Amino acid sequence: MNQVSITTAEPSVSDKLPSEQPATSKHASDKHCTGADIVIKCLEAEGVKFVFGYPGGAVLHIYDAIYKQNHFKHILVRHEQAAVHAADAFSRATGEVGVALVTSGPGATNAITGIATAYMDSIPLVVISGQVPVPAIGLDAFQEVDMVGVTRPCVKHNFLVKDVKDIAVTMKKAFHIARTGRPGPVVVDIPKDITAHLAEFNYPKSIEMRSYNPVTKGHSGQIKKAVKLLLEAKRPMVYTGGGVVLGNAAESLIKLVKTLGVPVTNTLMGLGGYPATDRQFVGMLGMHGTYEANMAMQECDVLLAVGARFDDRVIGNPKHFFSKSRTIIHVDIDPSSISKRVKVDIPIVGDVRSVLAEMNDLVAAEAPKQSPALKAWWEQIEAWRSRLCLNYNNSNGLIKPQYVIEKLWEVTKGDAYVTSDVGQHQMWAAQYYKFDKPRRWINSGGLGTMGVGLPYAMGCQFADPTAQVACVTGEGSIQMNIQELSTCKQYHLPIKVILLNNRYLGMVRQWQEFFYENRYSESYMDSLPDFVKLAESYGHVGMQITQPGDVEGALKEAFAMKDRFVFMDFITDQKENVFPMIENGKGLSEMILAEDL
Amino acid sequence: MRHIVSLLMENEAGALSRVAGLFSARGYNIESLTVAATEDPTLSRMTIVTSGSDEVIEQIIKQLNKLVDVVKVLDLNDGKFIERELMLIKVKATSTHREEMKRMCDIFRGRIIDVADGSFTIELTGSGTKLDAFIESLDKTAILETVRTGASGIGRGDRILKI
Repeated sequence: MNQVSITTAEPSVSDKLPSEQPATSKHASDKHCTGADIVIKCLEAEGVKFVFGYPGGAVLHIYDAIYKQNHFKHILVRHEQAAVHAADAFSRATGEVGVALVTSGPGATNAITGIATAYMDSIPLVVISGQVPVPAIGLDAFQEVDMVGVTRPCVKHNFLVKDVKDIAVTMKKAFHIARTGRPGPVVVDIPKDITAHLAEFNYPKSIEMRSYNPVTKGHSGQIKKAVKLLLEAKRPMVYTGGGVVLGNAAESLIKLVKTLGVPVTNTLMGLGGYPATDRQFVGMLGMHGTYEANMAMQECDVLLAVGARFDDRVIGNPKHFFSKSRTIIHVDIDPSSISKRVKVDIPIVGDVRSVLAEMNDLVAAEAPKQSPALKAWWEQIEAWRSRLCLNYNNSNGLIKPQYVIEKLWEVTKGDAYVTSDVGQHQMWAAQYYKFDKPRRWINSGGLGTMGVGLPYAMGCQFADPTAQVACVTGEGSIQMNIQELSTCKQYHLPIKVILLNNRYLGMVRQWQEFFYENRYSESYMDSLPDFVKLAESYGHVGMQITQPGDVEGALKEAFAMKDRFVFMDFITDQKENVFPMIENGKGLSEMILAEDL
Repeated sequence: MRHIVSLLMENEAGALSRVAGLFSARGYNIESLTVAATEDPTLSRMTIVTSGSDEVIEQIIKQLNKLVDVVKVLDLNDGKFIERELMLIKVKATSTHREEMKRMCDIFRGRIIDVADGSFTIELTGSGTKLDAFIESLDKTAILETVRTGASGIGRGDRILKI
């Protein structure tokens, strides 16, 4: 299938219209299914529970088939971008493949930001897009866009299905590719006429692809070397990323870190991979990481990196990083993530859970004891920790955003799903909400997509209907997908929006203060709506909180409303900035702390 | 350093653009790229001539391997290999220069495959540097048109890229 040649003769334009009509499939037996029925049956076979989507011309047959089925629930969003984000969050929260369905042309292009967001964070998605009928492809037909071409740079793989007989095997491949190896989004573009044609439904039980065989198990010799290095290290450090969360490896990681007695840091994407309230956790690292995490990264002699990729927001300037020598062990499922920005000494390509389990077995056999060197290393780390880099001044009578997050953590007992948008509020949420479990911190780390917060919260709430879901956002970001308040109304989603409203695009303003002599070019968010009234107009509860003394009470009141969507507009200190901060191009140990200013 | 990367990929619509897109998106150089189906019509063989530091070449190989349609990748420079390129070159061959042009062609072991009033079309095969040398040796004003295929490469002896 999917050879270069087109397998069916092209019908002339005159016989195109009738063929667009779905055949009457009174008996939806597996022998005579329409393409649309086959799509539904594939989703059913994959155990899909939710499809997030938005109908349109090219997917009408599929929507008709959805109407007639009861295997999954379709969630109608208000913009295709939100459909993909919600499916993405559903996947982040559950580990299952998220599914979105959009129409051709503008429906498809609206989905792009969602797809690119998932791609950058390696989230498994199957996005089904409608396409104009096969004979119309390339003729600039109404609502035509080359979806396979447009999405190529931001998908793990994509398909254009040109024959109804290929739908089932293509869907099978799509789910297989999305969830295996380094996960990622896969687009399946299906022309409208194909969804009307008839074929037998036959879903393959398994799939073999000669061109796609992701590695699973790590190289045992390399793992042995790595463990030896870790046991002999004087200043060991463990640095883990989203791979530990996606690879369901948190338990193995905790075991390893506990047995070795070493410090551990998580990237923004890796938060929750190791319990934040544990003493061995030194906080998030990177541009806005803690002093102790960044110093320990810089000063360690053996670094174990697991499911992380040394990106520019994490280690800053690589030249500065290498001004200190250390031995780096890098475990990742994607060989291309290894030695991409940073040359590593012990590369281990493999599934992080299996590699960590193998390491645990080797370490357990050695029964390590805390060496004097490790004790001295911990004393050094405690000295760095005693700088209390996350302290903030809470005395000017204004609501501090950090304080809101601290209270949110207390009120939700650290157990909520917290989604965020992108900017200062995102960093504060990451710094001050202590995530003890994986898959609870849901944010756009790689692409940094403003507007994900609310649809992410929707995806989490569908994944876990009784859970507490908080969307930490800013007044800039929330307006990028504010239309989803309507979706939340339709499905009675009891999300709590925590808006840290500082009337600025805060992170932009912060950079303008640091690098552009306070020229606040277009970073003021003027003409804001009355968020309370806006929420109320959708039938939600709106609250505005202006006094620090009211923060905790308001949060308690909001989370006590277990069946209501509550929009909390916190009017925060306009001038608060995120610290510590590493300026662009600077090194890990060149942090600016709040106390320095 | 210049590298010749050979790969086998599924002969599917859009496969070529995935490779080309990867090179442009990640800012890798492409000196030449040539592709055609193999004896197995479901497989295409592609030869890419690229250049970069060892780190960049390592990334190129890894990124190519990551493409779902790519079955196998081989950096020919990792061992012994043979490289050939075909050039069709149309040159002026007016009465006084016809003999001279024929001689040059013979020296480089080219073949004249088309003769017209005032011009020859010469077919020349060899390494890229040999083709460059032929062009260099001609009077620039004598060259009417050149068409080059880009390099194809194959490993020597037991070095076989096959699935």
